[in-house]
Amino acid sequence: MLKLPIYLDNNATTPVDPRVLQDMLPYFTDVFGNAASRNHPFGWKAEEAVDYAREQVAQVIGASEKEIIFTSGATESNNLAIKGVYEMYAEKGNHIITLTTEHKAVLDTCKHLEKMGADITYLSVKGDGMIDLAELEAAMKPTTILVSVMFANNEIGVIQPIKEIAAIAHKHGALFHTDATQAVGKVNTDVNEFGIDLLSYTAHKMYGPKGIGALYVRRKNPRVKVTAQMDGGGHERGMRSGTLNVPGIVGFGKACELARLEMNQDAARLSKMRDRLENSLLELEESYLNGNKEHRLPHCTNISFKYVEGEGLMMGVKDIAVSSGSACTSASLEPSYVLKALGLDDELAHSSLRFGLSRFSTDEEIDFAINQTKEAVTKLREMSPLWEMFKEGIDLKSIAWAEH
Amino acid sequence: MAYSEKVIDHYSNPRNIGTLDKSKNNVGTGLVGAPECGDVMRLQIEVDDATGTITDAKFKTFGCGSAIASSSLATEWLKGKSIDDALKIDNMDIVEELALPPVKIHCSVLAEDAIKAAINDYRTKNNLTPIEVH
Repeated sequence: MLKLPIYLDNNATTPVDPRVLQDMLPYFTDVFGNAASRNHPFGWKAEEAVDYAREQVAQVIGASEKEIIFTSGATESNNLAIKGVYEMYAEKGNHIITLTTEHKAVLDTCKHLEKMGADITYLSVKGDGMIDLAELEAAMKPTTILVSVMFANNEIGVIQPIKEIAAIAHKHGALFHTDATQAVGKVNTDVNEFGIDLLSYTAHKMYGPKGIGALYVRRKNPRVKVTAQMDGGGHERGMRSGTLNVPGIVGFGKACELARLEMNQDAARLSKMRDRLENSLLELEESYLNGNKEHRLPHCTNISFKYVEGEGLMMGVKDIAVSSGSACTSASLEPSYVLKALGLDDELAHSSLRFGLSRFSTDEEIDFAINQTKEAVTKLREMSPLWEMFKEGIDLKSIAWAEH
Repeated sequence: MAYSEKVIDHYSNPRNIGTLDKSKNNVGTGLVGAPECGDVMRLQIEVDDATGTITDAKFKTFGCGSAIASSSLATEWLKGKSIDDALKIDNMDIVEELALPPVKIHCSVLAEDAIKAAINDYRTKNNLTPIEVH
C-alpha cells in the first residue's frame, strides 16, 4: 500500500537514513561528553567519535580530515567561506564573483559584504542555467580574491563546469569556493580532481541530520585561511568556535560514508526513475524542462506546465510533496529568481514543479506522482481561460491585461 | 497553507466551468487579471433581456485555489439574480463565505471585478452606459 502523501522534495531535505540514526543514538545519552573536555573519558570518547566522523566527512569529497571545519550547516559554511575569505585576504583585493542563480546563503552574504565595501560581480547564466566561462574570464580583475559558484543548483539541478571555473579563478590568482550542498554524495565532488579551495556541504541533504554541516578549507597548494566569524573557545582550529554537535557529527560521518559507498548505485537507479517521471510529464502538451538536460544531478527534475498557475497546481498535486517555482502565498507574488534568471517569463516560472527523488523513492510512488500531476494539469487547463485562448490560436501577448 | 473546506470543495468540484457564446448580444464577458500576476478570471453572464435576470453564468480561471473558488462561487450567486442585485455582490461577501485568509482577499476582489466587467460588457453591447467601477 502506498503511504500518502509521497515525499518528492528531497532537494529541500532528506529523511535520516535509519542506519545513520542507529549510529547517532548512543551519543545523546551514553557518550554525551564534550569533545573539548581533555580531562576525562567522557570527553575522550566524544573526541574519538568526532575524529572518526571527520575522516568519513573528509573522504566523501577526497579531502584530508585536517581540512574539515564543522558548522551548523551549509548556510553557515557559505557565510564563513565568503566573509572569512573577504576579511582574510582584504589586503589582496575586494572583488568577488558569483552567479545570480546561487542560493540566498551566498547571494545575501555577498550583498552584506557589498555594504561593507566589497566589489561583487553577479554573473548571469545561459538559458540552460550554465555559466558562461568566457564571461567569467572577462570578469576577473587583479583585485579578484574569490570566485564562488555552486556545484549543482538547488532548483534545477544543473551542474556547473567546476574544474574549468576553478582553473580560471586560479589562473588569475583567486580562490575558488563552491556551495556543494546539493551535490555531495550525489555525484563526484573530489576537491583535488576539481581544484576546489573551499567547499560547503551539509548532512541533511544526504540522509543525515539537520543542524550539522562542514566547510572544507584547503591546507595545501595553496594553504587557505578564513577569518572566524564567531568568537569563542577557538574550536575547529580557531575558525569556528562553539561546542561540537557530537551526535550530529557522528550522523554526518555515517551519512557521508554511506553516500560514498552507495552513490553510484543510487545515482543509476534514481536517474532511471527520474527519466521515467520526466518523460511521462513532458508528454503533456506545452510542458518544458527547466535547465540543462545533460549536466545535472541524477535525482531531480524541474518542469513548467504552461497555462497552469503554480499554486493551483500545488493544490491539485496534494498527495505529493514537491516544490513550486511560485511563491505566491507570500504578498510579493515573486516567482523563482532562479527560473527568472534562465529567462523564463513569470508565467512559466510560476507554473513549475520541482521533483526531488531519494534513496527511498519507489517505482510505485513515481507512478502515482505521474498520474496525479497529469490529472491536475489536465483538469486545471480545462478550467483555464488562457489554455482556451491558446487552443483558439490567440496570442496572449496581444491582450491588454489589466495588471493588478 | 491550509485551505478552508469550502475552497477545497469549489476547487475539487468547480461549479459552472465553461464558455458562453460571447458574440451573442445578451452575453456579457468579463476578463480580469493578468497572467504574470498569477490570476486571470473570465466570467460570463447570459441575461434574459425581458426581465433583466441573469439566467446563466460560466467561468474559467487561471489561478490559485482561492481564485478558482471565488469565481466558482460568484457564478453560483449570479444565476437567477437581477443585474441590479448582481452589482450588490461585494468582495467581502466572498471572503466571508469562503473564509479566505488576508493574503487571498485579492482573489475575491478579482471576482467582484469580473462580475462588474461582465455586466458592463453586457451593458455596452446593449447601448447602456457602463456602471462606474472603482
